[in-house]
Amino acid sequence: MNTMTTTTTTTTTRAPGLSIHDLTVRYGRRRILDSLAAGVLPRGEVTALLGPNGSGKSTLLRTLAGLTAASGGRLTLDGETLALSPSGARSHSVVYLPQALPAGVRLQVLESVRVAYCATRGHGFGSTHTTRDADIAHALSVLQRLGIGDLAQRSLDQLSGGQRQLAGIAQALVRDPQVLLLDEPLSALDLNHQFHVMQMLRDETRRRNMVTVVVLHDINTALRACDRAMLLNRGGIVGFGRPADVVTPDSLMDVFGVVARIEPCSRGTHQILIDGLAPQADMASR
Amino acid sequence: MSIPLNARPLPLPHETATISQYRRLTRRRIACLVAILLLIAASLLFDFNTGPSGLPVTTLLRTIFDRASVDEPTRVIVWQIRMPYAVMALLVGASLGVSGAEMQTVLDNPLASPYTLGVSAAAAFGASLAIVLDLAIPGVPQGWIVSANAFVFALLSAAVLDAVARWRGMSTAGVVLMGIALVFAFHALVSLIQFIASADALQGLVFWTLGSLARANWQQIGVLAVALAVSLSLSMRNAWKLTALRLGEDRAASFGIDIRRLRLGTLLRVAVLSALAVSFVGTIGFIGLIAPHIARTLLGEDHRFYLPGSALLGALMLSLASIASKILIPGVLVPVGIVTALVGIPLFLGIVLRSQGRVS
Repeated sequence: MNTMTTTTTTTTTRAPGLSIHDLTVRYGRRRILDSLAAGVLPRGEVTALLGPNGSGKSTLLRTLAGLTAASGGRLTLDGETLALSPSGARSHSVVYLPQALPAGVRLQVLESVRVAYCATRGHGFGSTHTTRDADIAHALSVLQRLGIGDLAQRSLDQLSGGQRQLAGIAQALVRDPQVLLLDEPLSALDLNHQFHVMQMLRDETRRRNMVTVVVLHDINTALRACDRAMLLNRGGIVGFGRPADVVTPDSLMDVFGVVARIEPCSRGTHQILIDGLAPQADMASR
Repeated sequence: MSIPLNARPLPLPHETATISQYRRLTRRRIACLVAILLLIAASLLFDFNTGPSGLPVTTLLRTIFDRASVDEPTRVIVWQIRMPYAVMALLVGASLGVSGAEMQTVLDNPLASPYTLGVSAAAAFGASLAIVLDLAIPGVPQGWIVSANAFVFALLSAAVLDAVARWRGMSTAGVVLMGIALVFAFHALVSLIQFIASADALQGLVFWTLGSLARANWQQIGVLAVALAVSLSLSMRNAWKLTALRLGEDRAASFGIDIRRLRLGTLLRVAVLSALAVSFVGTIGFIGLIAPHIARTLLGEDHRFYLPGSALLGALMLSLASIASKILIPGVLVPVGIVTALVGIPLFLGIVLRSQGRVS
């Protein structure tokens, strides 16, 4: 392996986790991601992807998932190079959960989780009985761990937004991923489900020791529930580290153009308070 | 520290209850498929038995199982007229049903079917060309020319759909729009041919485009049966992948499913099957559109049940339509395409209104 390039690369390549090396993505001539490089996104931690609309969050996530082709760069998982397309062995380690789950699908929750498990495992129509029972039991155990075992027999198109999101996460977890990628999983959820989903993601990430990357819009959620944050702007990384270090009044002013305060609460968490848009003079100087 | 996959405690009582419920559901679906099969058998028998000259069931069964025991005219009626007609109805119905089901899945559109996306219209154009121009294709027997030409054009239209799918980076909306454009284009071309056709040719042409089982023969039945068997077995091998596609294209792709290959392979199968069906019996609409919807309601979208269910329901529907085509106007054989269209349109509107209700 090449030992030069930047110091961060050499020191972090072998650490357990996902590393991004000089990732470039273009749509036509426009560069969506420009030589993006980040140290390790460690195993067992939830990393939040933050940034304004069009900053490249979703593109980065889709590129990590292998769904958007990169024109340059490299990904490594635990020091091993990870292919940039979803074919073959990679699909067993990386799972992507898109923002919108399709509506009007006539599949039961348990069935849908089983399908996610069986889709590429080559189980033909005539698979043996024991395999089939093991599949179903495995699917059900994932549902129960997420606390939606009682929804197993419900049809997907009868679920509420939150329940459908949990079913989607179950469809992802049943594949025992090493890397779990979620695009705005909280966007359609009420407060209770937002906390439930984030709590569950944290627990499962630790328990399975996987790399979890979540695109989030709500910065408070990132501060409260994520171990790490990556702040993107215009296709580049503005900050990457502990959420409280990355999300600061300065970075929020730079990236979002808002005046913000971060106040520690009496219970030890940090809350972000937005006072309003930055004054015009500050905006102009950006 | 991840917990290994198999190291799980014994299932809880609640868990085993859910699993046995799921097994019951599977059994219920199989029972449902068997029930449809029985209905098909009944319909087939009734179809054999329906026609201008009355035939008692006993005579019919004797003709089928003991050819020598009946006189020549009965034998001809049963073996050359009634049976090909009824069996062709089943095969065409099954082909259109499973084609529609697969198209709706890979194009993610509940209105996709060979009829609505131009494969049927292209076949009609091919047949019109052959009838009006009195074509001869080297190496193809004269009796097969119209069917062969219809098949070529149906396959061409499917190839266009495939090409658009590839060119548009597999966006399903693009494929569906292109299909609709094909329908209009081929209808216009058929009208043009009708406009310039001689009176004789015009009659044959109109009769062809109406869709009729009356021209079925045993050779065609053999060809279609083989195509259906091969295509259906290939589809069943992809059943899990097709079901996974229903969880969303991106998700299926991230599962490692080669979406392009799956979609192209499926479209090719659909093209061959529906082109054959349409080229033998003419345009028969709505079966490929409606059978999958009924199958979805009865059996859900696990494609291991949904695909055979759509095929069986398509067969049942066309068999019933074939009976109706014989008894609707006593003494007159109404082209079955007219029957399916008349029955299909209200069902079609029902589907549209229901899916509208779901969106809003």
